[in-house]
Amino acid sequence: MDLQAIAFYVLSVVTIGAALMVVSARNPVHSVLFLITTFFMAAGLFVLLGAEFLAMLLVVVYVGAVAVLFLFVVMMLDVDFGSLRSGFVRYLPAGMAVAGVLLVETILVSSAVAERGAAAAAAGTPPPDVSNTEAIGRVLYTDYVYFFQAAGLVLLVAMIGAIVLTLRRRPGVKRQDISAQTARTPERGMVVVQVKTGEGIAE
Amino acid sequence: MSPAIGLPHYLAVAAILFTIGVFGIFVNRRNIIVILMAIELILLAVNINLVAFSMFLHDVVGQVFAMFVLTVAAAEAAVGLAILVTFFRNRGDIAVDQANMMKG
Repeated sequence: MDLQAIAFYVLSVVTIGAALMVVSARNPVHSVLFLITTFFMAAGLFVLLGAEFLAMLLVVVYVGAVAVLFLFVVMMLDVDFGSLRSGFVRYLPAGMAVAGVLLVETILVSSAVAERGAAAAAAGTPPPDVSNTEAIGRVLYTDYVYFFQAAGLVLLVAMIGAIVLTLRRRPGVKRQDISAQTARTPERGMVVVQVKTGEGIAE
Repeated sequence: MSPAIGLPHYLAVAAILFTIGVFGIFVNRRNIIVILMAIELILLAVNINLVAFSMFLHDVVGQVFAMFVLTVAAAEAAVGLAILVTFFRNRGDIAVDQANMMKG
């Protein structure tokens, strides 16, 4: 067994174990931490495959942004997570049945595809002599440039949507209004009154 | 690429991850945070499939598509968590089996 096989088995076993812990952990904070582990191990699998760019993207986008967003929301919401697990045992048999059927089917189909269809077609095309990142860039910015722009649009819409959904105007909060401050003149801001000696100013 | 570890190995890992994601949606029916994480697991399985096929067929388009899947997954997580925060503000908990009060 060579080094690559050992690395593959270690990475995939940890990936699957951490994924199982994501869905079965009692505390959602632990779920998020196991999710981060899963993403790191999947990035390792991508490096093993030779897709370094996507591995880095996975670490930056998922671990750096999405998992931290999950962690932030889980910690911000003050929820009794124990009561949310009440259906766990009840749905366990149905979940196991569906998961078992799905697992057998997907592994059968994918192994059949890998044996007969895809692996056979792989023989003809030699790998190009450029780095992985350059190869992706050459395709992404030429043939798929409209898809690239559409992906940017998706992210923009998601950003605006998230802001619109979570923004709220609270009544009674004092805010600084800079245009009102700079438009203030002495005439509007103060009143000169003649005060008689010995008397104060009544309101 | 070593002959010991081939395409079927990666496809099997992706299939198991996908199954775990579906299983997580089933067993955590009330906890929407874990459901969102299970969806992320499913999309990760799809990405592993795309990248494995891309590398073994020497066609980089699969990795470009994996990037787009990553983009959509990030957008979905952001909007999903924003809806979750709004839901929590309105109800005070995140049990999704009474989520139909959001209707209207």
